[in-house]
Amino acid sequence: MGVNNTPEIPADFPGKVIPAGNGANVIVTSLDQIINWGRSNSLWSLYFGTSCCAIEMMQTGAARHDYSRFGFEVARPSPRQADLIIIAGTIVNKMAPVLRRLYDQMAEPKYVIAMGACAISGGPFYYNSYSVVKGADHVIPVDVYVPGCPPRPEALLEGMLMLQAKIRTESMKNKVFPIDGFDEGL
Amino acid sequence: MTNEALQNLISTWIPELEFTEEKSQFLNITVQPEQLHQLMTQLKSNSETNFDYLFCLTGVDWGAALGVVYHLESTTHRHQLVVKVKTEDRENPTFDTVCDIWYTAEFHEREVFDFFGVKFTNHPNLKRLFLTEEWDGYPLRKDYVDEINMVIK
Repeated sequence: MGVNNTPEIPADFPGKVIPAGNGANVIVTSLDQIINWGRSNSLWSLYFGTSCCAIEMMQTGAARHDYSRFGFEVARPSPRQADLIIIAGTIVNKMAPVLRRLYDQMAEPKYVIAMGACAISGGPFYYNSYSVVKGADHVIPVDVYVPGCPPRPEALLEGMLMLQAKIRTESMKNKVFPIDGFDEGL
Repeated sequence: MTNEALQNLISTWIPELEFTEEKSQFLNITVQPEQLHQLMTQLKSNSETNFDYLFCLTGVDWGAALGVVYHLESTTHRHQLVVKVKTEDRENPTFDTVCDIWYTAEFHEREVFDFFGVKFTNHPNLKRLFLTEEWDGYPLRKDYVDEINMVIK
């Protein structure tokens, strides 16, 4: 049963037959495009700044750079209303469980940008530090890494646009829960 | 009061004090742990020095010695002073508390106890401030070892 991809063509068929894949894909991919368009252009980020990168993130949201031009309309103080965490700053061992809880409280689909050296690898605190998590991707899965210490607003905007580009390649069929198979690298 | 005048005055109180300027704006005094509380009391109560403001209290690990650095200021005379106290005893470093002189020292001394393991006698509430109660060791000491979290370079 199901879709027969190699149908027999009647001998007296007048026209030309163009081979197509599973006919359902036409609808699903179109739906994907609409959903991705909506998701990528309406990413509300969580207020989450743990150190100096947060200042640069605020600057990115303020008048001169203004990330709401690209659909990052507002920042939300509650994880329930946010689609995106921009990890703007150092994550210490005390903060890590809080970050994980915030991430778990967010509704799907959810995305993460690691902003700055500390969130990527621990940065200046990589060596000889007893308290700093060596990269936020030990705690939650990260979609886009934005290097810098701190990154300029242009760099963060570039990262946010890259996240949008990533979201536009998603498909309902292959969508995986981001925490599945997440390797904390411990 | 100038640094020189401060030095002249304070050196008459306790003979074996060590004075340096160490390229800093402050006059530095190194005091023996036994005389710390006496000196501090006098620095505050004497009307000529009148150091009524402890604006910084820091724990320091010099490698061999552990110690505490006190930054003092007088809000009436507007002069400043640094007092250092150190001990070679890394197992059980103990100084007198100054939180009966400057109340702000209570939290600062808890912080120093938390990160350096320096104990302060007569402190009303000496327990860990930032770290968890069951934390093992004192992480800001130079010889602190944590094989799980620390990447040594």
